[in-house]
Amino acid sequence: MVTQITSFGRSGLYDWMMQRVSALVLSFYTVFIIGYLLLNPDLTYDQWSGLFEATWMRIFSLMVLLSIGIHSWIGLWSISTDYIKATGPRFFFQSLCGLAMFVYVVWGVQVIWGL
Amino acid sequence: MLVSIYRYNPEKDDAPYMQDYEIDLPEGKDLMVLDVLNLLKAQDPSISYRRSCREGVCGSDGMNMSGKNGLACITPVSEAVKKGKLILRPLPGLPVVRDLVVDMGQFYKQYEKIRPFLINDAPAPAIERLQSPEEREKLDGLYECILCACCSTACPSFWWNPDKFVGPSGLLQAYRFLADSRDTATQERLSDLDDPFSVFRCHGIMNCVNVCPKGLNPTKAIGNIRTMLLQRAT
Repeated sequence: MVTQITSFGRSGLYDWMMQRVSALVLSFYTVFIIGYLLLNPDLTYDQWSGLFEATWMRIFSLMVLLSIGIHSWIGLWSISTDYIKATGPRFFFQSLCGLAMFVYVVWGVQVIWGL
Repeated sequence: MLVSIYRYNPEKDDAPYMQDYEIDLPEGKDLMVLDVLNLLKAQDPSISYRRSCREGVCGSDGMNMSGKNGLACITPVSEAVKKGKLILRPLPGLPVVRDLVVDMGQFYKQYEKIRPFLINDAPAPAIERLQSPEEREKLDGLYECILCACCSTACPSFWWNPDKFVGPSGLLQAYRFLADSRDTATQERLSDLDDPFSVFRCHGIMNCVNVCPKGLNPTKAIGNIRTMLLQRAT
């Protein structure tokens, strides 16, 4: 058994499952947004902002934001443990990714909830 | 035919190099790559490689033939030659001892890790532990592995993390014991594999399936281990 304290859930199975669940959320959202744009060719600003004001859309978007954070953390963590062998640079890279994801989530919440 | 062989003798050479040999093959006969190596060995006795049974059973002569891992003794030259040239290299990812001979230590260490033996705490019956034909059938496609290392050394995840990722060969064997109705250590075996590396570093690119000289499917076995882990946890 390999112990890794920097992986997302510390269990391989948990990370693997979260990677897949978040991928599903991301694909549903992508299909929904593309579908919405195709079905509303004459989209107005009011319609668009109305969509994002609906509570269900805010929940959906927040789920997507968190999914992006989780999905990219697990993916980039895997890449960094594959290719960056020296501990210092690997930890630096992982910290940078963690910081970027945190910033994106907080910023995203600010944008979609209009705080 | 032109044969290019990876040469490296750590006692003499500073760095590995490729050496070309010209060889006349008998007409109308498709030799195996091992036969070609034996002919070349007669020409240049310093060429080193492992071989034993010469019929695909012992797994000694695993090597990289024109870019694809396989057993030299059961790979016809016609299959391995690319553009009139046969290129022979050692199995990728493992330290080279000399020429085509690699140090398999890391590979065996991973094999050892999965405890490749039957664990059963129940007192041994007078004659033998019986299995139904259906239970026995579950081991087909698993027990046939000869540990030639062609699959694990074709796997990028094993190249990057040979100390942490068990590799396709080890995982095929891990599932062989997980699937065995006579083994009682299933839960411990699964707990040993539930970390981000041992099993989950497999990204399912199926290089292992592509090269296995015995036609086995480690990717499927790994999928089955994942399913067992998931069933246990949900």
